[in-house]
Amino acid sequence: MPHNVLMPALSPTMTEGKLAKWVKKEGDKVKAGDVIAEIETDKATMEVEAVDEGILAKIVVPAGTDGVKVNSLIAQLLEEGEDASALGKADAAPAVSAPKTVTPANQPTAEASKPAPTMAVSTPAQAKAGGRVFASPLAKRIAKEKGIDLSTVKGSGPHGRIVKADLDKAPAGASAPKAAAQGGGTFTPATSSVNAQALADAYGIPYTLSPNSGVRKVIARRLSESKQTVPHFYLTVDCELDALLALRKQLNDSMDGLKISVNDFIIKATAVALEKFPGANVSWTDDNIVQYTRADVSVAVASPSGLITPIIVNAANKSLKVISSEMKDLGMRAREGKLKPQEFQGGTISVSNLGMFGISQFSAIINPPQAAILAVGAGQERVVVKNGQMAVANVMTVTASFDHRAIDGAVGAEYLQVFKKLIENPMGLLL
Amino acid sequence: MADQSFDVVVVGGGPGGYVAAIRAAQLGFNTALVEREHLGGICLNWGCIPTKALLRSAEINSLLQHADQYGFKIDSYSFDFKKIIERSRKVAGQLSGGIKHLMKKNKVTVFDGHGKLLGKGRLDVSKDGKNVATVAAKHIILATGARARVLPGLEPDGKLVWTYKEAMNPEAMPKSVLVVGSGAIGIEFASFYRQLGAEVTVVEVMDRVMPVEDVEISAIARKQFEKQGMKIITNAKVVKLDRAANDVTVHVEAGGKTEQIKVERVISAVGIVANTENIGVENTKVKLDRGHIVVNEWLQTDEPGVYAIGDCVPGPWLAHKASHEGVICIEKIKGLPDVHPMKRENIPGCTYCTPQVASVGLTEAKAKERGYDVKVGRFPFIGNGKAVALGETDGMIKTVFDAKTGELLGAHMVGPEVTEMIQGYVVGKTMETTELDLMHTIFPHPTISEAMHESVLDAYGKAIHI
Repeated sequence: MPHNVLMPALSPTMTEGKLAKWVKKEGDKVKAGDVIAEIETDKATMEVEAVDEGILAKIVVPAGTDGVKVNSLIAQLLEEGEDASALGKADAAPAVSAPKTVTPANQPTAEASKPAPTMAVSTPAQAKAGGRVFASPLAKRIAKEKGIDLSTVKGSGPHGRIVKADLDKAPAGASAPKAAAQGGGTFTPATSSVNAQALADAYGIPYTLSPNSGVRKVIARRLSESKQTVPHFYLTVDCELDALLALRKQLNDSMDGLKISVNDFIIKATAVALEKFPGANVSWTDDNIVQYTRADVSVAVASPSGLITPIIVNAANKSLKVISSEMKDLGMRAREGKLKPQEFQGGTISVSNLGMFGISQFSAIINPPQAAILAVGAGQERVVVKNGQMAVANVMTVTASFDHRAIDGAVGAEYLQVFKKLIENPMGLLL
Repeated sequence: MADQSFDVVVVGGGPGGYVAAIRAAQLGFNTALVEREHLGGICLNWGCIPTKALLRSAEINSLLQHADQYGFKIDSYSFDFKKIIERSRKVAGQLSGGIKHLMKKNKVTVFDGHGKLLGKGRLDVSKDGKNVATVAAKHIILATGARARVLPGLEPDGKLVWTYKEAMNPEAMPKSVLVVGSGAIGIEFASFYRQLGAEVTVVEVMDRVMPVEDVEISAIARKQFEKQGMKIITNAKVVKLDRAANDVTVHVEAGGKTEQIKVERVISAVGIVANTENIGVENTKVKLDRGHIVVNEWLQTDEPGVYAIGDCVPGPWLAHKASHEGVICIEKIKGLPDVHPMKRENIPGCTYCTPQVASVGLTEAKAKERGYDVKVGRFPFIGNGKAVALGETDGMIKTVFDAKTGELLGAHMVGPEVTEMIQGYVVGKTMETTELDLMHTIFPHPTISEAMHESVLDAYGKAIHI
């Protein structure tokens, strides 16, 4: 009896994904637990392990196929000794043997499986990234001629199909920024009204092209949405680091192999400050302010495919040691593109640290639906004035961006004050 | 009498009104329909349906006349005109009964009487001038229809000068008929009477018959009508009627000359006027424009809670347009998510003369007038195998595309069964087809619909059988 291998769901909200790679080829022997394929969504790559032993008899969905529906047949395994003529029978067999290991490690409870706001917002793009844009033949042709990206147009036809009239409203070579006013999931990022490629051609500037990855598109869409719809304001504060650096040295010297980074302190301080001052641990919705009762810190990590923000859940109540080891693991897997969706979807505040590049100060774009992000610069020796005297201190500049809809200036300032105090008096972070 | 209250009351039981009522009931509205004469309206009782029954008889008569062409030798045959008329009435009666059943099935309360607005949300229903009910409703849909237009000097008298109503229910077959107006109604009666053997003259004020159709279609149709023995006078006006005991002398002015034509009967088919008098619009903010009720794209009048659909609002005055408006109107009231305003250029029109005429969208001239650079395809039925087998090769299919986008702007057909085929282009237009989708569509062989494909191919220089 052949076994069907079905497209697994990487998260409760996933409906389709890309079959990135077949690790085994047709005819290969596999045993339970062998990685047979890799599946990719916008942000994560997951391995598909075989549940049964046998021979990978038939690959139904070739590598590189986009938009493979969850639970659709991707391959068939034959038991030892069965011949290929048995393959047809699998179609009639109940599709039961979905690979086991793709179930997320921490099974979401009923409570947790409610999609987090972040996931809800990112759903339309996920659907679009791999899915089909419904447009009339005429609309497709007009879009092609005018250079309009149909994935940025809101359809008004039956079942949201894009029709000619929708394109009449969209300026040539640009998307429809009107969607911005409607907010929520319908947001479409405005692409530049000037086509860079066309201009480069016109001016004879040499270039190469690389197609936008799903991750790149998600980053573009979400950050455009944030910068264009969220009213940002910025507060900057200088924090002296000498006490923190001394404490860090003491801690790292105290135990072999322990290497707590400045950033681990910052993550912890960000969360503890939110616990002490929950006014900044919020999100805006049209009807309510969502007051989070736990501080989850999203930490920006640069990966080869683009920015990703793994989360230290409940960071205020984790020791620096735990934060440090979680960060190492998450950071490594983020760079390999192997985070599980629930490891980077969510978070109640973000931290972006460019200090390692020597950046002294910058301002970051809020990661919706969060209402705050801390942009952390390099710790540098600077001249400071203490008691009327010049002195040298290690100083780090932090600029926070806040969503003014949910957080007022004074609230943001007070939060930063608490944060600064924790950084400058770091013993509190050990508790 | 205390007011009876409903969610929705529809005034008029024609193809606009009864469809709106059924859809309202389906959507859970407590619905009433007010009809003063007969369910199904003009369309079903005195229009579309009974005339199709008549034209079927005329078509059979034509076939019998040409029976030898198909290998039959029929020495003599005759028809019973009374029976032809009776059949037509029976068809209408059967369908009107069907509407009654549909009302009952959908639990629509039917009031037999004349509806008149009494102001906000109230309606008086009267029979023979006496109030029979007063109805309150959140939503009132006016679907009061239209009637034949009367030109001064051309007033119908029910005996010598007919409207559509007498023309489809005469006591005897007239030997000669003069039809004033060559729109769909006029031409269908002209066709019917000509095919049954009457001398038929058609007088049209414009320069061609069926003036709303594409020029080429008009010309082909005219040639066929004349071949059948119809006399057609265009750019002409009826200036005077001399009514005698059993005939009429019609004074027709054309090209500066006046001709006198003596006929037994005159059929006046010079358009319609909306039934908007005495329905109480003066008690509301409902506005009229040249007799028709002014509505927006959702069929809402200027009076909140009052809507209007069908022949009492601006045209085209076609049953299918009325029905569609009824559905849009009530679905919008219900707040359904996927309701879309009607696109006028996607409303097909059909005329059941011989040969039939059907069209949708812009004519070539209109498309050019709107600034389109057009590609035009033509395919004559003589190049279509099935049409040759049927022995009905007169006519052609013309398609008009926007050269820039490939949008199907219009399709115009004259020939066998084209009224049944036009929907193919209408589906295409509704889905915003381009020439490629039509070209990629596989049309079954052997059918006359293959000519639809060939016409599209011809627009791009790819026709096969021409």
